[in-house]
Amino acid sequence: MSNESKTMNQSFVRFFLTAGCDGYAHAVRKSFLVALWFVFLTFPIMVIRVNTIENTVVWHWSRIGYVALAIFFGSFVWRWLLARKELKKDESQNETRVESVLTRMQSNPIFKFSALAVLALAAAVYPWAFNLYQTNIMISCLIYIVLGLGLNIVVGLAGLLDLGYVAFYAVGAYAYALCNMHWGLGFWYMLPVGAVLGAVLGIILGFPVLRLRGDYLAIVTLGFGEIIRLVLENWGDVTMGPSGISSIARPDLFGVKLGVVGSTQYMFYIMVGLLVFTIFCVNRLQNSRIGRAWLALREDEIACQAMGIDKMKTKLMAFALGATWAGMAGVVFAAKTTFINPASFTFWESAIILSIVVIGGMGSIRGVIAGAIILILVPEYLREFAQFRMLLFGAIMVLVMVFRPQGLISAKRKIYTYKVAEAGAANE
Amino acid sequence: MSNPVLNVNAVSKDFGGIRALDEVDLVVNDKEIVALIGPNGAGKTTFFNCITGIYTPTSGDVIIDPKAQGHARRINGKKPNIVTELGMARTFQNIRLFPSMTALENVMIGTHCRTKSSIWGAVSRNKATRREEQAVVQKAYDLLDMVGLKEFVNELATNMPYGKQRRLEIARALATDPFLLLLDEPAAGMNPQETLDLEDLIVSIREKFNISIMLIEHDMKMVMSMSDRIYVLDYGRMIADGTPEEIAANPEVIKAYLGEEHDD
Repeated sequence: MSNESKTMNQSFVRFFLTAGCDGYAHAVRKSFLVALWFVFLTFPIMVIRVNTIENTVVWHWSRIGYVALAIFFGSFVWRWLLARKELKKDESQNETRVESVLTRMQSNPIFKFSALAVLALAAAVYPWAFNLYQTNIMISCLIYIVLGLGLNIVVGLAGLLDLGYVAFYAVGAYAYALCNMHWGLGFWYMLPVGAVLGAVLGIILGFPVLRLRGDYLAIVTLGFGEIIRLVLENWGDVTMGPSGISSIARPDLFGVKLGVVGSTQYMFYIMVGLLVFTIFCVNRLQNSRIGRAWLALREDEIACQAMGIDKMKTKLMAFALGATWAGMAGVVFAAKTTFINPASFTFWESAIILSIVVIGGMGSIRGVIAGAIILILVPEYLREFAQFRMLLFGAIMVLVMVFRPQGLISAKRKIYTYKVAEAGAANE
Repeated sequence: MSNPVLNVNAVSKDFGGIRALDEVDLVVNDKEIVALIGPNGAGKTTFFNCITGIYTPTSGDVIIDPKAQGHARRINGKKPNIVTELGMARTFQNIRLFPSMTALENVMIGTHCRTKSSIWGAVSRNKATRREEQAVVQKAYDLLDMVGLKEFVNELATNMPYGKQRRLEIARALATDPFLLLLDEPAAGMNPQETLDLEDLIVSIREKFNISIMLIEHDMKMVMSMSDRIYVLDYGRMIADGTPEEIAANPEVIKAYLGEEHDD
C-alpha cells in the first residue's frame, strides 16, 4: 500500500517536472528559454529606470534574477496544469469534485432544505451583521447576479451573443429616474414598468437582428448598446445629458421614509427578493418547452427549425425575457445609487455582465451566481492591492478560461422521469 | 395506388447560373416507401431542402395532402418549421442533433410544434403544463424505446455511437407526428448488420405509424429490398422512376451510375 503510493508519488513528481516534454532535460531547457525570453521582454520596464530629475539612468540588475526565477518555475506550473487538463480531457464529461458535491447535496432533501435555510438566515441577518459599505457592495453583487441571470437567457440558453445588454439596464434606470423626477412615480410602480419597457425594447432590438448570429449579432448589439448610451449623453433636454439625474427617490416602506442606513437595508431585502424571484422564473423557464427550444436554437439553428420550432418567435422571446430582468435591475440600480448618468452604462458594463455568464458557466444558474460573486466581490476586496487590482482580476479571468473553458459550474441536464413500457413503474 | 400525399410538379432550383434541379416531378403515395437515388452531386439533398422549406424552389409546385384526405395545399416558400408542422419531418445527411442535450430532450424538441405551453405556463407550472410535460416525456421515451435506444435515454447526444445517433434523428423526426418521413442517407456510415437492422426499423415505422417514407440512399441492396418505388436523379434531372426491378434494368440508370461504354 505504502509502496504503491510511493510509486504514485514518484510518477506524480516526474509528471510535474516533465509535463508536456520528453524528459527532464527538455523540460528544463524549455523553461529556461521561456525565462530568457521574458527577461528580454521585461528588460526595458523592469531594469532601466530613468531618473528625470537628475537626468541619470538607474539600472536595477537584480530584478533580472527575480524575473528569470519566477518565470522559470512559473513555466513548470503552467505546463503541468495544461498537461493535467489534457489528461483529464478524456473524462471531461465527468463532473468536477465541487459539482458532484453540489449534485449530491441537491439530491438529498434534508441537506437541500438546511442549506436553503442557512442561506435565508444569512440573507436576513447580513445587513445587520455588516456595515453599510459591505451591505452596499452586496447589493451591487445581487444586481449583477440578476443581470447575469437575465443575460444568461439570451447568451447561455439561446446562444445569442449580446454585447449591448447594458442598454436595457440603462433604459430601466432612466425610466425610473425620469418618471420619478417629472411625475414623482414611486419605485414600486416603476419596477414592473421597467420590466415591461425592457421587454418591449428587447423585441424592438430583436426584430432587425433575427437573421444574424454569432459575430454579426455581437457587433449589431454592441452598436445598439452604444446608440442608447449616446442618446442618453446627447439628448440633454430629456435625459439631462452627461451630468445625469440626481436625488432619485429611494423606495419607501408603506409610505414611511427611511434614513440612509434603513433604506440601504431595505434595498438589500428588495434585491434578495428580486433575486429569488429571478432564480425561480429562470429555473422554471429553462426546464420548460420554451427553455428546450432555446437550447435547441443554440445547438443547431437549421435542425431546430426543421423540427418545427419557430426561430423568430423563440429568438424574440429570449431577447424580451432577458431584457425584462435588465429593466428591473436598472430600476433597482437607480433607486440604490439615487444618481445616474450615462457613464454607468458603458460597454464595460456589458462586458462584465457577459464575463459573469461565460466565466460562471453558460446556461447554469449556480454558475452565474458564482461568476457574479467572483467578478464583482473580488475586485472590491482586492482594493488593498490598489493598482494591482485589475491585473489580478484579469489574471483570474485568463486562468478560468484556460483551465475551465466550460465555466466554473457547468450546466447539467435535467433527468426526467417516465414510465417504462413493460414494467409500468416509474424510473429515474 | 393513386392517393398521393406529396406531389412535386416540375420543381426547379437555380443557384446563380447553375441549375441544381431541372423540372423534377415526383409523387409519394400514402403508406409508401419511396427511394430517391442518384450519383453524388445529382441534387438529391437540394431536392429535400426544396420540399422542406430550407430552400425556396425557383419554379414549380410542391403540393401536400396529409394522409391523402383530399386537402391538398401548395407549400412552396413556407418556412421549415411550418412545413414540419404540416407534417413532413426530415433527418439530415450529416447528423444534426442537438449535441449537448440528452437523447430524451432531443426527441422532446420534436414535439414542440404539437404542444403549446407558454411562458406563463412555464413559470406558473400549472396543471395543463405539467400534464403536457409528462405526456411529452412519455412520448419521447416510447419513441426512443421503439427505435431501440432505451439505454441511451439520459445520454448526451454527442456521446452516443454514430449508428445510434442516426436512429435518434429518426426518433426526433417521428416525434413531430409526420405523415411523411424524409430520411437523408439514413444508412450512411453504417456497417452491413446495422444497415439490415435499420431496414427493419424503417419498415416497422411504416407499419406502426401508417406513414409514408421517402429516403435518399446509396446502399443499393437496402434500396432495392425495401422500396416500393425508386426515383433516379442525375445532374438535377429525373431520369427514371419505377419499381426496383424496372430501375435495375433501366439502361439510362446504369449509364448514369457506371458511365458509358466506349467501343474502340
